[in-house]
Amino acid sequence: MPFRPGMSFRIEQRREMFRGLLYLSPVLAVAMTVLTGFVLFAAMGHDPVLALYHFGISPLLSLYGVSELLVKAAPLIMIGVGLAVGFRANVWNIGAEGQLTCGAIAAGVVALAFWEQEGVWVLPLMCLAGAFGGMAYAAIPAFLKTRFDVNEILTSLMLTYVATLFLGTLVYGPLKDPAGFNFPQSRMFTESALLPIVLAGTRLHFGAIIALMIAVAVWVLMTFTIIGFQIRVLGQAPAAARYAGFHRKRLIWTCLLMSGGFAGLAGTFEIAGPIGQLIPSITPGYGFTAIIVAFLGRLHPLGIVLSGLVVALSYIGGENAQVEVGLPQAVTGVFQGLLLFFLLASDFLVRYRIRLVGAVAG
Amino acid sequence: MKITATRRNFVLGSAAAAGALGLVGPRAFAAEPLKVGFVYVGPIGDFGWTHGHDQGRKAIEAHFGDKVKTTFVENVAEGPDAERVIRQLASSGHGLVFSTSFGFMNPTLRVAKQFPKVKFEHATGYQTAPNLSVYNARFHEGRVVCGTIAGHVTKSGVVGYIGSFPIPEVVMGINAFTLAARKIRPDIKVKVVWANSWYDPGKEGDGAKALVDQGADIMCQHTDSPAPLQVAETRGIHGFGQASDMKAFAPNAQLTAILDVWDGYYIQRTQDVLDDTWKSQSIWWGLKEGMVKMAPYGPAVPENVRQEADAARDGIISGARHPFIGPIKDQKGVLRVAEGEILSEKEIATMDWYVEGVEA
Amino acid sequence: MSAESAVLIMLTVISAATPLLFAALGELVVEKSGVLNLGVEGMMLAGAVSGFAVTVTTGSAVLGILCAAAAGALLSLVFGILTLTLAANQVATGLALTIFGIGLSALVGSGFVGVPVVPLPKLAVPGVSDLPVIGPLLFGHDALIYLSILATAGVGWFLTRTRGGMILRAVGESDESAHSIGFSVIRVRYLAVLFGGAMSGLAGAFMSLSHTPMWAEEMTAGRGWIALALVVFSSWRPGRVLLGAYLFGGVTILQLHAQGAGGLGIPAQVLSMLPYLATIAVLTIIAAGPWRGRLDAPACLGKPFRPST
Repeated sequence: MPFRPGMSFRIEQRREMFRGLLYLSPVLAVAMTVLTGFVLFAAMGHDPVLALYHFGISPLLSLYGVSELLVKAAPLIMIGVGLAVGFRANVWNIGAEGQLTCGAIAAGVVALAFWEQEGVWVLPLMCLAGAFGGMAYAAIPAFLKTRFDVNEILTSLMLTYVATLFLGTLVYGPLKDPAGFNFPQSRMFTESALLPIVLAGTRLHFGAIIALMIAVAVWVLMTFTIIGFQIRVLGQAPAAARYAGFHRKRLIWTCLLMSGGFAGLAGTFEIAGPIGQLIPSITPGYGFTAIIVAFLGRLHPLGIVLSGLVVALSYIGGENAQVEVGLPQAVTGVFQGLLLFFLLASDFLVRYRIRLVGAVAG
Repeated sequence: MKITATRRNFVLGSAAAAGALGLVGPRAFAAEPLKVGFVYVGPIGDFGWTHGHDQGRKAIEAHFGDKVKTTFVENVAEGPDAERVIRQLASSGHGLVFSTSFGFMNPTLRVAKQFPKVKFEHATGYQTAPNLSVYNARFHEGRVVCGTIAGHVTKSGVVGYIGSFPIPEVVMGINAFTLAARKIRPDIKVKVVWANSWYDPGKEGDGAKALVDQGADIMCQHTDSPAPLQVAETRGIHGFGQASDMKAFAPNAQLTAILDVWDGYYIQRTQDVLDDTWKSQSIWWGLKEGMVKMAPYGPAVPENVRQEADAARDGIISGARHPFIGPIKDQKGVLRVAEGEILSEKEIATMDWYVEGVEA
Repeated sequence: MSAESAVLIMLTVISAATPLLFAALGELVVEKSGVLNLGVEGMMLAGAVSGFAVTVTTGSAVLGILCAAAAGALLSLVFGILTLTLAANQVATGLALTIFGIGLSALVGSGFVGVPVVPLPKLAVPGVSDLPVIGPLLFGHDALIYLSILATAGVGWFLTRTRGGMILRAVGESDESAHSIGFSVIRVRYLAVLFGGAMSGLAGAFMSLSHTPMWAEEMTAGRGWIALALVVFSSWRPGRVLLGAYLFGGVTILQLHAQGAGGLGIPAQVLSMLPYLATIAVLTIIAAGPWRGRLDAPACLGKPFRPST
């Protein structure tokens, strides 16, 4: 019974993927978004061509614009790659936001402990602490999941709120800048605790390069190693994984620790990169946005690099359109939602084909 | 493409870039309107802090007409995004940029260094530069008027106070209010509940309900939504509006409201840039300068109390009364300010302790 | 503490829990059918703004509530078309729906900021509502609060006692077999998704018409996420959704009370963590108990279904 009422075409799974469509579908999605955006912006009384130009094109025209895109995309890519590993194994870590925060706290404590001290070891130590902080925080859902079978969706999400409040207690209390007029922020980190800038005159920091390297490393891990194979089998055929004698618990731990570690490292790069201190809110929702990024990139590390850039552009483009054309943020939010809808829907064309079948018939 | 390894090079590189950019001044052609940019931390539809600043932006447009063009970016997170947005405004021909949240301080400072020709105004911070001013309002002066009214109107002697975050601005407001209220009635207790948010109507309202259930019959708030005042209205107690006149939400309950009035300052600073007389300054204006105003008294404020509240306001305007004049004891009963002494501006601006009578 | 103040605290808890209950019940039905819609927050906002706007414009709260449910359902229809007809990824589509809903509600609501509304009337029963303790606790709420309780019972009854509920669960547990014995998996899932959207819309309407009668952008402030967590907490059982919503609401209100009473020397931020920690702790206790093994999510949750010919 492959038909649904009221539809006179039928949908079939493609037996083989057409390479052409794989690349064509995002183009189609963008075309649809542009068309819809045109109508939307015109309806709101703005010049649609100008608005679309500032949304999607002008941020890419300067070196500075591209560097900002990378700065914004780096945490999304890094977290998205980690999460995707878990999603492949049906491990639903949606608390990367909290793991990012805990990583930043751990790295921030190191940076402040060695404040005004010279030493090339400070930054690597921060990175270790940050990754460990994220992993330690992800270990809570991992422990509860493997020991008591507590669903990680709930625990990881709830712990995100706890992490933000914990960061609050620190920056309002012990980590407060002594010369900061009692405002909730730490001291500004000193030179040795800041990431090197890759491109002079921009904020493009070394962490963005590491993010790309991590994506490649995870791709290698997932494609060429036994553990990658086991993770994929666990997600696609849990029963088969059991028969094959894979350690389910160990894989759950691996997935959560890996995604938590990358999130913690992303938090470290944020405070050691563009922020330069601990503040009450380190992330504008990177941990959640990275979930979209992971799926938009089809859970493939290299696809995630691409989707991370697209999603980052949609945020930067939104700001740009507000500045240049005066589009209200509400409109840019609607437009961003539409873009994501079209991109997600375009997958359909890759995997299915539509055949007209005349009348409604089975 | 030059690859460098340290921040020092970054500063040098950016200074060079800024020098080049400086050639294109904000007003290269006299006929072009001055572009004024605003960076907001919340949505303009929050009916609180950001809404108030957006009213100021609209006042600039109304006052200058074609001579000025304004731009705003809403909901900018206090993190890495802020610097990009501020820079975007500076590099797209804006001659004056207002960044209206404390968390924008360091990003604004960094961008200001890169764009020496652009004037920056940062609200509620403390860092200045040759092209970066700071401004803030003495909201706590309004709290003195509120406290005076509360001291008379309360029957239970318990005041509920919804706080956002324990930053100095909020702490000094709680203290100024409590001192004024206890001047009228020395046994008043002020119970504080922290919403841990500037803006979460549900939680602000729930906090207000909890405080009413603990006996509060006056509701104060240092959060942005009218929710606490609405609770006051439905529970039949009284309260004070925040940031704007919230009479529509609580026609009986609102005793008065502290109004944030940025219009005058924004118009003046825009005029300064137009006249080329803008100078970096550090402004902390209150009732006297009209950056803080009181809304008309509600029906529950009796005539004699109105007179006392007016007197408190006029006293602050004339300088005869100071919100923080000794004797002031802290929560533990230790004398912090001796009889007749007045807290210094810096001691007020960095306040992190509570006066006697505050339960927080 | 007097009985009277205990009753007042209970009323506050009920009000805080009701939006969570509506949204979580709706999402429970969606998930029981095998679909994971993370767009609850966006649909709640759509409901909040339409309920408010229609009530203010027409003066009819009934119409407002209906429109709120319709708006939530409409947004969920977008989700349905994408994930059910076009088999797009559910998790990502749900998140995109939230971004879309936040923007759309802000756009629609821009003319309604700072506008007051008459709160939903309390349905007082003359005589009975004045009884001590029982009166205010059982009688004198507004219609949506009663509806939320009825909906809990209704969803429970539907899922366990009706043929429709059985089909819905079959579709969520094993779409292939449900399909092979002749049920339309996609149609069942569409209906579930629409129901979930309507319930989220009602949750939003309760926020903007009863809990805090006003419209302001993003006024739901993350409650959609809590509702999603509560579905997991409930182990997909309606009665436990009620328990979870009241537990979360209760701990939230109690920590506010603790703050008002001087904080017991504990920092406010630590007290604010309690609702989240309590939810984790209670779920762990339940999971560690003799019920374990019955906590599993519907087997097909989040997986797209496409009938093979």
